[in-house]
Amino acid sequence: MYKIGMIGDRDSVIGFLSLGFSVHEAQDAETAGTILKELVKSGEYAIIYLVERYAVALRDELDKYKELPLPAITTMPGLSGNSGYGMNTIKTAVEKAVGADILFKDAQ
Amino acid sequence: MAPLKVNPTRMELKRIQSRYQTARKGHKLLKDKRDELMRRFLDVVREDKALREKVETALSHVYGSFSVAGAVGDPKMLQEALICPKKECSLKVSNQNIMSVIVPVFEIEVSDSGTDSCNYGFAFTSGELDASVEELSRIQTDLIRLSELEKTIQLMAEEIERTRRRVNALEYIMMPQYLETIKAIKMKLDENERGNTTRLMKVKDMMLKQQLETKKAEDEELEDLQT
Repeated sequence: MYKIGMIGDRDSVIGFLSLGFSVHEAQDAETAGTILKELVKSGEYAIIYLVERYAVALRDELDKYKELPLPAITTMPGLSGNSGYGMNTIKTAVEKAVGADILFKDAQ
Repeated sequence: MAPLKVNPTRMELKRIQSRYQTARKGHKLLKDKRDELMRRFLDVVREDKALREKVETALSHVYGSFSVAGAVGDPKMLQEALICPKKECSLKVSNQNIMSVIVPVFEIEVSDSGTDSCNYGFAFTSGELDASVEELSRIQTDLIRLSELEKTIQLMAEEIERTRRRVNALEYIMMPQYLETIKAIKMKLDENERGNTTRLMKVKDMMLKQQLETKKAEDEELEDLQT
């Protein structure tokens, strides 16, 4: 049995307590990075949700975990708004696999 | 494409010909694998894109209503109300094999001690909080599915890239190199063959010439004796 983790600033993540997620509060990207490392290392988490604002700063760190089967690290917009980072990661993956962006070009 | 540095012998030729056949079969298989992976990948991406749009819109609503809930009541009230969740959710992870890419499949298990999703007294909390908690629990399965799809996308993208590289390496480097080597060895062997034939013809000529000369000498000797 695995847990679901959530990392972000207090206002963004507090609601997820009601879903029974294991919520970790981080004041800045650096703390978020440390928490993320700990969670991945513990091996207890199958999904870790990360607020976009921190995901942008932790891009390199996230790339490292891409090839691991678990955990699945998913970015979500925080209270500060949607920067489109999550969509961008899918776009990058499509570009990587197909060699060209064939799905998102219409949206722009 | 430069041919491989091998000895131009029949044995090497056989060896490289069989390697070329293997490479050709491998190339065909990998190409099929790449195409099928790509087809499935695009299906997953389309689903993920739609789901992400849905989840992001829903989340912005949820954040909005949480902000309102925080603003209406005491900000500390929110934390107090939510700090002890009634639900505890855990994930069951199984694996699915998509064209030899192992992707996780998540199944959520919620241990709920009651029927309603709220675990706080209604006296000190606002109605907005109830609404936002309700809305959040509605998108819970979508959130889990989103994670599953995005992990699948990441893993498949890696695999497709690897397969594409392999297909290209076989198609543009290895197969032409083998063909070139086979051609070079054949040419060398043919050249040797021709060299050999010429040498034999030359030797035969020399032998014939020698025989002719001996015969001539013998004839002359006979003529001398007769006279």
